[in-house]
Amino acid sequence: MSIAASWYLTLAAVLFSIGAVGLLIRRNVLVMFMCVELMLNAANLTFVSFARKLNDIAGQTAVFFVLVVAAAEVVVGLGIIVSIYRRRPGATADDIHGLKG
Amino acid sequence: MTSQLLAATIPDAITFALAAVICVVGALGVVLARNPVHSALMLVMTLFGVAVLFVEENAQFLAAVQVIVYAGAIVVLFLFVIMLLGVDRSEVISAEPLPGQRPVAICLGVIALAEVLLLAHGQWPTGAKSVSGALASPADNVNQIGQSVFTTYLLAFEVTSVLLVVAVVGAVVLARRPRRLRDSADLAGPELDPDDVVGGDEPEAGDPDAEAASEEADDGPNKREGALAESEVKAP
Repeated sequence: MSIAASWYLTLAAVLFSIGAVGLLIRRNVLVMFMCVELMLNAANLTFVSFARKLNDIAGQTAVFFVLVVAAAEVVVGLGIIVSIYRRRPGATADDIHGLKG
Repeated sequence: MTSQLLAATIPDAITFALAAVICVVGALGVVLARNPVHSALMLVMTLFGVAVLFVEENAQFLAAVQVIVYAGAIVVLFLFVIMLLGVDRSEVISAEPLPGQRPVAICLGVIALAEVLLLAHGQWPTGAKSVSGALASPADNVNQIGQSVFTTYLLAFEVTSVLLVVAVVGAVVLARRPRRLRDSADLAGPELDPDDVVGGDEPEAGDPDAEAASEEADDGPNKREGALAESEVKAP
């Protein structure tokens, strides 16, 4: 018998919380972006756990699509970060307030 | 719950425990590392831990894709951008730009964790029967995901291809400099960064001297960036 799904869900919750807190407390845009990846991975782990728990392949298919969307997101996000850094080298999230009212 | 863990076979339990520790340590490393390069490497560690957990849960295809796409492509892209921008220096993370924000953030994180844990250990949110096929034996995992993606989720798969094309085009548009800017930068002189010529969102953008002075006041990577831009301007 393999590990119960609740253990995987607990681990995913811990990973997600670490990613969320990291996103809130870090100011480096790149590190914030990595924290988003952490949260996506926690969600993937939850999907796979429920796929096994409910005995349904749809959960794994959802993870497949999440991976694709994450790749697209990273490409566009890093493009934006590169263009921001080109304009203002060493910018942190606090410096990027050009849209502030 | 502990009895459930004990009921698992010993190799399963050991694998889960090791992978869980690797994941959590890697995640903490991402958040706490001062150097963005270290953060990226810690992210690789977490991704490998998650891949091990995927294998443990009979998702072999996803484990392979996780290693190839995440650890092989996405983190390499992160490292590439870090090196390109020259931000691979340690930063002071103890400085708190917004007073009191960190305790609040950590409190929010703990509250969210408690809520999700309550959900994870409460009643299951659904008792619905499988509609898209039960999990087969591990050997058929790829087969089954393929069946699912190319029949039930065919439309989503096609839309995904559109999404990828849009992402690639968007990245190219974001990253390239318009030719008009390069020409005007050539006219204005090589010491002017082409991006600053039209920096419309910055109040001092109209004043090239102030811009140049503020650029010189900054240090290392800025100069590297400026040199890069100049060489690119001169290249054609």
